[in-house]
Amino acid sequence: MSNKADPSRDETEAARPVEGKKTIPIRTVADIVTARQGGRELALQSGFSETESTLIATIISELARNIVLYAQSGEIILEKTGPNDNHRGVIIISRDHGPGIPDVQRALVGGYSTSGGLGLGLCGVRRMVDEFYIDTGTEKGTTVTAKKWLQ
Amino acid sequence: MEVPILKQRNYLIASVQAVLTDQDLVNLRDRLVAQVGRFRSVGVILDVTGLDVMDSFSVRTLRDMAHMIRLRGADTVIVGIQPEVAFSMVQLGLSLEGVPTALDLEEGLAYLDARPKRSVARKLNEQ
Repeated sequence: MSNKADPSRDETEAARPVEGKKTIPIRTVADIVTARQGGRELALQSGFSETESTLIATIISELARNIVLYAQSGEIILEKTGPNDNHRGVIIISRDHGPGIPDVQRALVGGYSTSGGLGLGLCGVRRMVDEFYIDTGTEKGTTVTAKKWLQ
Repeated sequence: MEVPILKQRNYLIASVQAVLTDQDLVNLRDRLVAQVGRFRSVGVILDVTGLDVMDSFSVRTLRDMAHMIRLRGADTVIVGIQPEVAFSMVQLGLSLEGVPTALDLEEGLAYLDARPKRSVARKLNEQ
């Protein structure tokens, strides 16, 4: 039996039993698939259409891949919005302790094409979500928070 | 998961039936580029119906694959992009840049069949 069955035993933030919250450790390319599938599931449960859920899964795929490519390991946290949020929807947090993004502005440009940026897919992600925050530094790694509201 | 590659006339057909990791996709690319030579194929159809998402990595890998296959003397057509995947690709600004696409396997075969025969074209040029 896994001790996951009793979440109260685990004191870490990740394992706290918040309804609809999932933390997916990202270390390998297979974890990218796990994260985006989890995201699609959560999006469908939250009332997003099949099309919007695919878009959300694609966004998660981009964020998770950046972790594997640039930070080796990290996590994707998926949750439904809570009472403090003004909208219903999903929140995607990508967190790693990698080297950070040296030129965030450049990583975020690209307009309509991915070729203009650093190839992180971040410009596309930012354009497609309703709220987007990025916190990055050489000491602290990178945390990207993306929120997508139900229309 | 290894994607099966079928030989049909002088075409290769690869159908993605399940979700692929980045590594699976790179393996598929390398196998197709190699098998074009082994089977002396002039066309490749990649059916991506089973792909759950097409993100910047998959799009880039497929684009590279088509270009590599082109350099080996064969044409690639990608078929089976699902409506929601097409929607996400357009929203995220991802483009297959000149790689031909068709609705499904049948249309993909029709596309390859409709190309001018290369040996004929060569003969015409020599005249």
